[in-house]
Amino acid sequence: MRTFNYRRRKLVDQLMRGLSALATGCAVIPLIAIIGYVLTIGSGAMSWSFFTDVYQPPSNAPEPTADAPEVAYDPNDPFANLTVEPVGDATGSTEDVTNVYNAAPRGGVLHGILGTLTIAGIGLLFALPIGIFAGIYLSEFRNERFATIVRFCCDVLSGSPSIVAGVTIYVLVVLQTQQFSAVAGSMALAILMIPIVTRTTEEMLKLVPETMREAARGLGAPTWYSTFTVVLPAALPGIVTGVMLAFARGAGETAPLILTVLGSNIISTDIFKPMAALPLLTYRYTESPYPGENTQAWGAAFVLMMLVLLMNILVRVATRKSGGNSR
Amino acid sequence: MERAMTLTRGIGFGAIVGQRVKTGQLATVDENKIELRNFGFHYGAFQAIRNVSMSMPAHRVTAIIGPSGCGKSTLLRSINRMHDATEGARAEGELLLDGINVYDPSVDSVLLRRRVGMVFQRPNPFQLSIFENVAYGLRVLGIRNRTTLAERVEQSLRRAALWDEVKDRLHSSFGTALSGGQQQRLCIARAIATNPEVILMDEPCSALDPIASLKIEDLIYDLREQFTIIIVTHNMQQAARVSDITAFMLMNREKRYGELIESGPTDELFTKPSDKRTEDYISGQFG
Repeated sequence: MRTFNYRRRKLVDQLMRGLSALATGCAVIPLIAIIGYVLTIGSGAMSWSFFTDVYQPPSNAPEPTADAPEVAYDPNDPFANLTVEPVGDATGSTEDVTNVYNAAPRGGVLHGILGTLTIAGIGLLFALPIGIFAGIYLSEFRNERFATIVRFCCDVLSGSPSIVAGVTIYVLVVLQTQQFSAVAGSMALAILMIPIVTRTTEEMLKLVPETMREAARGLGAPTWYSTFTVVLPAALPGIVTGVMLAFARGAGETAPLILTVLGSNIISTDIFKPMAALPLLTYRYTESPYPGENTQAWGAAFVLMMLVLLMNILVRVATRKSGGNSR
Repeated sequence: MERAMTLTRGIGFGAIVGQRVKTGQLATVDENKIELRNFGFHYGAFQAIRNVSMSMPAHRVTAIIGPSGCGKSTLLRSINRMHDATEGARAEGELLLDGINVYDPSVDSVLLRRRVGMVFQRPNPFQLSIFENVAYGLRVLGIRNRTTLAERVEQSLRRAALWDEVKDRLHSSFGTALSGGQQQRLCIARAIATNPEVILMDEPCSALDPIASLKIEDLIYDLREQFTIIIVTHNMQQAARVSDITAFMLMNREKRYGELIESGPTDELFTKPSDKRTEDYISGQFG
């Protein structure tokens, strides 16, 4: 009897452990599949120029070499030096260089990298002060009724689809100013970032021991003073992590940008004009009829993933350093 | 009335510091710093302490003893209104500091706490350097002058008998990196840096080993020359060693609130207590 129970117990234990492992495996499969797929296909687009160059239209024409004479452009007579490429080339090949369908991918996504950093960065500038102050309010004045309402709204907002933020800014900003712009995109992203920053700040501040607040209060420090000198610094590593999560979320959003930023083929420095962004490039290149650009879509997705990963690693390293000193 | 102004308007801080009795010379026992008249405290519907009347003389150590849950800490924390942030906390009766009821609506709790400092049960230094820990209260008061800050920090650390152990790493070491006993002395240094008039100590040695506790006790004994000290302790020997006045509190069995059984000079209370319950408690026969 005793042996039977023992074996049965062991068996059930093994079974449950196996099931848990299986479920975990299933949960990880999509993640690994995505990373693997993006890596294998996206790596086909990788080259040095992919990171240093901007958009180049598909072409089979040979790259201009150093010894080739620069074609002078005369604004008064634009057609003066224009030569029509012959069908086939000097070697007698009959391949049609004007047929760019199978052209190898050219150009890069530098404009997208810079655009994403700019748009998400400005979005963070909008979201940071609002989110952090709201988080402080929710944590330090948590019993007030207004705090409960704000907390609920935050949760609803963080669960709402991102296209809603895009449409809102499209109506409120883009239509009003009659202009797609990077700033409008930043506003849409800020709407998505604020709840994340707020809730993380709140949770991190709540983790700071009450004895810290008491110590400061016992020294006659007003609440605002102790919050900024004691509570906030103690919670900083956690808050920074939350801010990075918000940045990553913003950097990866596509739908709000389609309605606000529009996209661009060049490096734009005017934040009040349309701008390129990696998710937008991914979207557009996926729709492209050229297989070369389809490959570049994977490349852009890959770069975006690496960008977010890099940010996360940097922040982990930075916060570990400052957290390690304290104890 | 002059003291009332310092509480409600926050002026005359320097004047109070100037009035302080010189080192080595105790004030007369007659001067009562704190006086409680039928004082009680509620947390919402729960009454924690009730009907406490006693006085705590200036420049003396007053110990509050009693079993767990008898309201000692509540009483101590109500002196500088530490419970203000707690929802439903409410005081009744009078708690007079230099004749002013600290629960009067015109009294500002922040200004009150600048006059009544506090040391907690568990050492709670900030995650700042040793120097900044001690300077914190001074910065709260708006002192920015570096020389003044350095002087006051050194003076406080010396008074807290910690200077020699930390003088080489004031800025390089975090307050949280010190040992438990050192942390508690750092917290005492932090509390005395702003020259409060009263220092409240909530079981300051309960998280420390006997040797560290003894150092703190010596310190408390020395500090009473300049401060009025109120200490809550579980340890009756400690109360007997460091205090001049002892108050014994007990939980009322039927009504579930804490009440004051008796208070008086420590040697009298420990040798010839007037209440049977006090005698039972200090002789270890308490249920």
